[in-house]
Amino acid sequence: MIKNSLIALVLASFVFMFFHLYMSYEPKTELSGIAAHYAEKGAAEVGAANLVTAVVVTYRGFDTIGEVTILFLTASIISFFLKLSKEDEDKVIVHRGTSELLITASQILIPIIFLFGAYVFMNGHLTPGGGFQGGAIIASGVVLSILANPNREINHNVIIWVESISGVLFVILGILGIFLAGGFLDNRFISLGEFGDLFSAGAIPIIYSLIGLKVGAEISNILDKYQKSQKES
Amino acid sequence: MMEYLNLGKISLIIGFVLILVGFWGLLSQKNIIKIIVSFTILQTGINILIVALGWIKGRTAPIIDNSVEQAANHNVLNSIVDPVPQALVLTAIVISFGITALLLAYAMKLFRAKRTLEINKFNDLKW
Amino acid sequence: MNNEYIFIVLAIGIGLLAIVMAIIAILNKKLSIAVIAAGVVSLFASILFLLMAAPDVAMTEAAIGSGLSTLIFFYVLNKINKYND
Repeated sequence: MIKNSLIALVLASFVFMFFHLYMSYEPKTELSGIAAHYAEKGAAEVGAANLVTAVVVTYRGFDTIGEVTILFLTASIISFFLKLSKEDEDKVIVHRGTSELLITASQILIPIIFLFGAYVFMNGHLTPGGGFQGGAIIASGVVLSILANPNREINHNVIIWVESISGVLFVILGILGIFLAGGFLDNRFISLGEFGDLFSAGAIPIIYSLIGLKVGAEISNILDKYQKSQKES
Repeated sequence: MMEYLNLGKISLIIGFVLILVGFWGLLSQKNIIKIIVSFTILQTGINILIVALGWIKGRTAPIIDNSVEQAANHNVLNSIVDPVPQALVLTAIVISFGITALLLAYAMKLFRAKRTLEINKFNDLKW
Repeated sequence: MNNEYIFIVLAIGIGLLAIVMAIIAILNKKLSIAVIAAGVVSLFASILFLLMAAPDVAMTEAAIGSGLSTLIFFYVLNKINKYND
């Protein structure tokens, strides 16, 4: 009884705050401040057609490094937590048998899903998309292969090497920006090229591809650990 | 009535109500999995709120392709919505997925230790 | 003008459905229905992002929030149900 009334009190105070915020809300009519700078000069300075990509990789690149670090930390904590004991590692997951439909369909769909994921993160600067979306699509392809055969062993060496090398190369490209161009994670040390081509916007396709591979490898690792945790009693 | 409502205000209301529903679930549920589900709904509500603040009426997505250039006569400043909140929400969605995965790993370990999922039974740290 | 009218009606419809599914997710007693309802809330949020001219955010929310997050919940639920049987 006391608990319910306290919850109602907290929610009522939130409703009061939100009501005041809503009443004083004036919808914007034009871009102001830094968004105006990104809109006017973004295409000329960075060379990317997708302005959200330009903001995420170049103008706010340091936040992206922080996010990649947090994802790496999460993946390593989950790997540590869901570690199997010695006797559980040799067990086999007992299941009712996957259906024929899933096995056949996964053999056709998995290469197409990987190709689509690679397309999304390579064209991040031209169309909606980018590294995070492409990495999630690649991870869902890996999950489809795990679902088709629950006892499949994912090669952990490949995942470890892809993730580590992508992370190191990302930071090295950022440091190259200090020596060869304006500052950390400046993408102008490779020529900007023609606006709208695949090989334009300097180093943004390379950086976003590395981010896409890294995020895809990390999420595949998390999902593989969850799958292996079904083995323990 | 129609000149009072626009898409920004409607999305603002949807975001606020989802935040309230998420908080109510977070405070009142006893099952750990339900608490994590409420956390997910709360995160979704906050993301809708942030993107709704960057919306401008009558403009299109912040991608400069042929249609934006033709419509705007090479004047991009007056034809796109704000790209900065979208970049922030992109980061927030990925990080909230990582947090949910971590919470669920903790929930699995807690279940393995005590074979129950009610938070009232975990009182080892209570004074 | 007609275009904007359709957007407003669509946004109101999707918003009401999303709020109803969120309330179902919290009040229902079965865990699997709650998890699926949370996935559907994420899907409706992705459509709302598309109406607000944010295609990058819509793609990310659909792939990560609606797809991978629901999958991870079901791994945990499987482990719990295997014990309770």
